Amino acid sequence: MLATEEAAMESAPEVTEKPEKAEQTKREMIAIDDLSLIFPSKDGDVHALSNINLSIKSGDFVSFIGPSGCGKTTLLRVIADLEKATSGDLKVNGTDAQDARLNRLYGYVFQAAALLPWRNIQQNCALPMEISGLSPAQQNKQIDKYLKMVGLQDFHKKFPWQLSGGMQQRASIARALCLNPDLLLMDEPFGALDEITRDHMNIELLRIWSETQKTVVFVTHSIDEAVLLSTHIVVMSPRPGRIVKVIESPLPRLKTLALRDDPAFHALASEIRTALAHEHAID
Amino acid sequence: MKQKIFSFVSVFAIVIAVWYLAALLMNGNQLINNLERKNQSWTYQQIIAGAYDVKRPMLPAPHQVGQELIKSIIDRPVTSKRSLIYHAQITLNSTLLGFVFGSLLGILIAVGIVHNKTLESSLMPWVIASQTIPILAIAPMIVVVLGAINITGVIPKAIISMYLSFFPVTIAMVKGLRSSDKLHEELMHTYSATAKDIFWKLRWYSAQPYLFASLKVAIAAALVGAIVAELPTGAQGGLGARLLSGSYYGQTEQIWSALIVAATLGSILVWLVGIAERVLLRRRGELDHA
Repeated sequence: MLATEEAAMESAPEVTEKPEKAEQTKREMIAIDDLSLIFPSKDGDVHALSNINLSIKSGDFVSFIGPSGCGKTTLLRVIADLEKATSGDLKVNGTDAQDARLNRLYGYVFQAAALLPWRNIQQNCALPMEISGLSPAQQNKQIDKYLKMVGLQDFHKKFPWQLSGGMQQRASIARALCLNPDLLLMDEPFGALDEITRDHMNIELLRIWSETQKTVVFVTHSIDEAVLLSTHIVVMSPRPGRIVKVIESPLPRLKTLALRDDPAFHALASEIRTALAHEHAID
Repeated sequence: MKQKIFSFVSVFAIVIAVWYLAALLMNGNQLINNLERKNQSWTYQQIIAGAYDVKRPMLPAPHQVGQELIKSIIDRPVTSKRSLIYHAQITLNSTLLGFVFGSLLGILIAVGIVHNKTLESSLMPWVIASQTIPILAIAPMIVVVLGAINITGVIPKAIISMYLSFFPVTIAMVKGLRSSDKLHEELMHTYSATAKDIFWKLRWYSAQPYLFASLKVAIAAALVGAIVAELPTGAQGGLGARLLSGSYYGQTEQIWSALIVAATLGSILVWLVGIAERVLLRRRGELDHA
């Protein structure tokens, strides 16, 4: 496993720091300082993000939660360098967002699986590694490892349309993991799934996160999902898109579905609900 | 399948019936005029019987064309200058050559246009203007100009085929290369993919369905181009030459049989492109899905 990891790292210079990570797990992964994003439009500028300040530590699982239009997806896209901030400062692993993207520091999971329909699952997972220039042998090692991790070890040769929505999304998570990025950015990855599948995927994701020690930034509009997954919950509000409250979860890192019956779970959910409702009262 | 055959046969029967009726009307009138000019009397029975047996009919009846087809395809050796197979093969050569070069040119222009905004504004008007010129007007000039620099034979004809067939490919590929999913483009962006990667791993594949739709149009256009190129240039062989000599000598059966061979050839070529498309879709794993 070490050999493949080292190989995967060649394309990502930051990874030289990896051995130290064990000692300084609280390294700052994302630092956002007074960031704003304005979309100009004919009927006035839209303040998608307004004066965002946020620090995400390495190894954290951070959820952005809020109603539609609160800028949670936009904020994730700014971190991923898919949108440019109008003002303010953003550092991803100590570099700016563009360098982080060019160095393939993060893996991005979209709301839709976004698998290429003309590639089978194996070829889809190979895509980012083909681009980063990994040898086919290394690619296959990574693919086998991560498809197994997401429970798709027997689906290498299947095409996307032959898989259910949940399986497609798992394949897209495996694809994001294949480059072994330090940071996983997930934009409502389970939003289109039914609740039963979603519960299952949440537990799987927690397991993968604890196995791989990655930093996860996760956008959701489900309070239950945020509580079940996160170490930190960022509550956001629209018009202008801004952070209302950052809540640190008192729950253990590795949670189970049974925890949802725990009073501490309800207390946290209610704290989030209050923060969301409070903002709506101001609206 | 049964339903397919039934609908094909019934449309075919209707076409044949209309054809016989039209032959009766046209050739019958011709007969009546001839007889009246000679002040001979005539009956309808006589005309109906005679209309399908005229020497040089205005519109030959299907069985007359059929006889001519049998004569010029089966009865004559393939090497004979009177064999339609011989002529079809000459036309096919320039069709295929023109089709291959036309498709490549069409793809190249489309790639240029998609990757370069200046090329789009500078090249696109010429691409469109090229197709507004009647090919019949430009074909003899191309043949004469190329003949002056000693390029003769299949090349001038192939160039005219190419001239007609690049256009649908360009138009479809410009659209096809731009048709990739926004989400997939963003995905490639997160991998910091190069323009080359984005082209070969994303755009090229998104464009393929468009490409095959346009190749079907292009190969039919290439055949028309090859035939048109043979018409005004006094070509010695080819279906176009057969059409021309048929009209010189009033051999309508010859014209119609050449037309039917041309139509059959066109259908086979389009069908072959369709087969290639299916093979590719199956390799892409999309056949059962699509």
